[in-house]
Amino acid sequence: MWNFPLFPQQASTSARSTDALFFFLLGVMLFFAVLIFVLVFIFAIKYRRRDTSYVPPVIVQLVSLEAAWIAIPFGLVIVIFAWGTLLYFEHRSPPPGAIEMYVVGKQWMWKTQHPEGQREINTLHVPVGRPVKLIMTSEDVIHSFFVPAFRVKQDVLPGRYTSLWFQATAAGEYHLFCSQYCGTDHAQMIGTVVAMEDADYQRWLGGGAAEGTMASAGERLFNRLGCATCHLESGQGRGPALGGIYGRGIGLANGRVATADEDYLRESILNPGAKIVGGYPNVMPTYQGQVTEEQLMQLMAYIKSVKP
Amino acid sequence: MSSKTVEPVSETPVNYLNASFGLRSWLLTIDHKRIALLYLVTITLFFFVGGVFALLIRLELLTPRGDLFTAETYNKLFTMHGLIMIFFFLIPAVPAVLGNFLVPLMIGARDLAFPRINLLSYYIYAVGGTFTMYSVVAGGVDTGWTFYTPYSSTYSNTHVTAMVIGIFITGFSSILTGLNFIVTIHKMRAPGLTWFRLPLFLWSIYATSIIMILGTPSVAMALALVAMERLLHIGIFDPRLGGDPLLFQHLFWFYSHPAVYIMILPGMGIVSEIVPCFSRKRIFGYSFVAFSSLAIAVLGFLVWGHHMFVAGQSIYAGIIFSALSFLVAIPSAVKVFNWTATLYKGSVSFATPMLYALGFIGLFTIGGLTGLVLATLGLDIHVHDTYFVIAHFHYIMVGGMVMAYLGGIHFWWPKITGRLYPDSWGRLAAAIIFIGFNLTFFPQFIVGYLGMPRRYHVYPPEFQVLNVFSTAGASILGVGYLLPLLYLFWSLKYGAKSPANPWDATGLEWMAPSPPPTQNFPVTPLVAWEAYEYEKREVPVA
Amino acid sequence: MPEPTHALAEQFDDLEQQRQASTIGMWVFLATEVIFFGALITGYTEYRASYYQAWAAASKHLSVVFGAIMTILLLSSSFTMAMAVHFARLGGRKRLALCLLLTILLGAVFVGMKFMEWHDHYQRHEVPGMGFEFPGPNAREAQLFFSFYFAMTGFHALHMIVGIGILAVLTGLALLGRLAPPRHVPVDIAGLYWHFVDIVWIFLFPLLYLVDLHHK
Repeated sequence: MWNFPLFPQQASTSARSTDALFFFLLGVMLFFAVLIFVLVFIFAIKYRRRDTSYVPPVIVQLVSLEAAWIAIPFGLVIVIFAWGTLLYFEHRSPPPGAIEMYVVGKQWMWKTQHPEGQREINTLHVPVGRPVKLIMTSEDVIHSFFVPAFRVKQDVLPGRYTSLWFQATAAGEYHLFCSQYCGTDHAQMIGTVVAMEDADYQRWLGGGAAEGTMASAGERLFNRLGCATCHLESGQGRGPALGGIYGRGIGLANGRVATADEDYLRESILNPGAKIVGGYPNVMPTYQGQVTEEQLMQLMAYIKSVKP
Repeated sequence: MSSKTVEPVSETPVNYLNASFGLRSWLLTIDHKRIALLYLVTITLFFFVGGVFALLIRLELLTPRGDLFTAETYNKLFTMHGLIMIFFFLIPAVPAVLGNFLVPLMIGARDLAFPRINLLSYYIYAVGGTFTMYSVVAGGVDTGWTFYTPYSSTYSNTHVTAMVIGIFITGFSSILTGLNFIVTIHKMRAPGLTWFRLPLFLWSIYATSIIMILGTPSVAMALALVAMERLLHIGIFDPRLGGDPLLFQHLFWFYSHPAVYIMILPGMGIVSEIVPCFSRKRIFGYSFVAFSSLAIAVLGFLVWGHHMFVAGQSIYAGIIFSALSFLVAIPSAVKVFNWTATLYKGSVSFATPMLYALGFIGLFTIGGLTGLVLATLGLDIHVHDTYFVIAHFHYIMVGGMVMAYLGGIHFWWPKITGRLYPDSWGRLAAAIIFIGFNLTFFPQFIVGYLGMPRRYHVYPPEFQVLNVFSTAGASILGVGYLLPLLYLFWSLKYGAKSPANPWDATGLEWMAPSPPPTQNFPVTPLVAWEAYEYEKREVPVA
Repeated sequence: MPEPTHALAEQFDDLEQQRQASTIGMWVFLATEVIFFGALITGYTEYRASYYQAWAAASKHLSVVFGAIMTILLLSSSFTMAMAVHFARLGGRKRLALCLLLTILLGAVFVGMKFMEWHDHYQRHEVPGMGFEFPGPNAREAQLFFSFYFAMTGFHALHMIVGIGILAVLTGLALLGRLAPPRHVPVDIAGLYWHFVDIVWIFLFPLLYLVDLHHK
């Protein structure tokens, strides 16, 4: 029973950098906590009331002392702020070439899908030593994807995409928690992240998915929904060609420029009139209610895969 | 303090307690002191209701399996614990009880500027509380006290609307109380009582009042929109209907983060009164302590986004909110350093109020320092929404605010009731609370960094031992809170009569008799001295 | 002089202190109100930026002429209110009551027109959550616009009704001669409130009615 952990496993690159800052901060906290506790203790004991006729001296203030205990904490918090912000940038900038996996949260389960097409529920297999980026959305309320061993967490919102990335450093099975309260079985919205050596991961993937890769599933969907009749590859259709569009700046009909990121593509499928590409008529019907979040993600994977 | 011989009193002088009798004279009173007592009774009730919920939560978390309550019940328990403790105890406690009682006394006034509005705000509070209790009795609410949309606005099947209306109404009580204090402190001070002669308790009440009047309307509007959304099924915060759930979080935290300072600032004010009194010394750095209250109030409005570092707001918003959050740490640190320095070369006695004040300094220090972890962008990602956050804010709210509140109650109890309580019992209770508190909440820092998310009623078994510590601590804490209830009640009948100034404290409130007459001061006092001139006071015989 | 002492509440030392306290009290209350409407306007701003075209289209379903008439009514009521404050200070009992009545009348016509407008929206199925219909592809966003429209004008009208109630009481007191100086301060305070509610409308009118005027 006494064999319980006091510190979480370190199983990702960001776990190490997070803990480094945490230990620095722990030092700062300990220093000040001990300082205050010791001073209060010493003063209270040393100057305890012994002689009731003793009148303490009048000390109004010492501006130099006040200045010191404003300036020193100020300098310290600037260091902590800067370090924490750098760490945040690291957390928020997936390295190029990260494997893109897709996550859909719903009350109360996690649905994940690999680019190769494998789908999992409440489990996510990832390779060790390679960066993985998760593109996430929710079907209903706000959830949060939290893997303590990786020190990563990101809220998962309905109606838009959020993402996080990590690079596992040790094979093993790690807790996956939903950390944003999402209703009755919030505490059961848990799962496992399985980090495997790359070779094992490839073997696991080799099991294969019946429906093919996400992009190929997306392509079939693209044809079935009739998208292909307007979005011709040649660019001669009623809608713009989609080859190489992902991540590019798009000139809109209203003169503004929008970046064709996941959220833009999503909006253009569900609410096509919102940001019309310049030179094209506003004729596309909405696909709101006709595609699931997972199908949207397959379409997304397909659009990303189309070469110009 | 009890060795002062009490002269045989032939006749109790007329005071605010015995000036008139009957239920009507209490329920329709416009005397700020009686209204304070109405609040005291109501707030104590809410505190113990919220406390029972807390104990049930801890009982459930004794085992990892979730075998005591269903998930639904557990969710309702923590929601109602949070709502009742925050909106009906922590926010009103010090301002509405001690603030109401002390603000006019401390400035030498006969009453607040608007006594009828004061009574009105009590009844608004009572009506809001009734709605809330209705919602609790009718089946409760399971949204968490944060009411995050779209769960609260669309998905929850519980009595959210009644609860939201209750909170909305209660907000106006808070606004009117704050308004009353601001006007009173501006316009009703006795001649000679300049701003820099004010007791620091009043500076902190003033800063608190600013937050009350400028923050509360934002959450009121956010909650009104949630209620509209539930009643009409429109989608102001629901993405399926075009709404933005993050807008709710912004409006909510624009109030609810400053609300933390509504809870802690008055507590800091109390400590600033107690520490000089029991060190027989002027407060160190009066103006720094005073202005740090205002700095906290102002900066407190600019940091709400640190609740949303992983919510999906932009990176740059996160950076700005992080930087501003660090700035709030500075005035808080200034206060702690100044209290500590006040002890230096003092004549420190360990009466009950002082034990609470010293406990406050320690626990607030831990709570404040761990707040640095949460303000740090890169670290918050890991600890956000875990028990680390729970531990942090309980150190501030329970370790800080409740300790200060109890310290204040013990400090001014002789003034409020005219009776002395047994000091040894008081010290025992303070020690039990301090130990119980740390045992309850310190393990939660560890289990939080390990990754245990908040609002989980089942959890992985490796977190159990730390949770058992926590639950054990909670039961000790429960005993600690019951003790003052018992001996303070006891003192009402059996306690020795208190002189006007049992602690030989400075401050106008101690010049009035204990308990004060309805008019407070027969003649408006003329103030010709600084605050905390303890060097000119004789030391009370220990 | 029994009158002035009677006018003084017992917690105050003199009338000047009482007057200042009441005035500061109202200003503090108005600061609260600024945040109250400010929260709504914040939400409005976010969605208007996100759904500009839809909101412009929805805004065209409001009658600018109607809104303009209401604005003029309200501005006139501010004038009569200012006159009421003026006469209250001078102690003109009948003129004070007349100005207050005129203010009430103008305010009541404003609220009446607002109710007519709401009724029109109801008949045109433009009330969110009550069989909302909107032509074109942007019904969802238009419903959001109308949600804000009803929330903003609704809270404003509520403030108007409260204001009319206060003025009605004051009119009664004025006719009884109980607002003669130095007891005229309530008129000052009510005036502050009334002007504030007017100013809120001055913001709401362009925000709601004139979203896309420059494209007409």
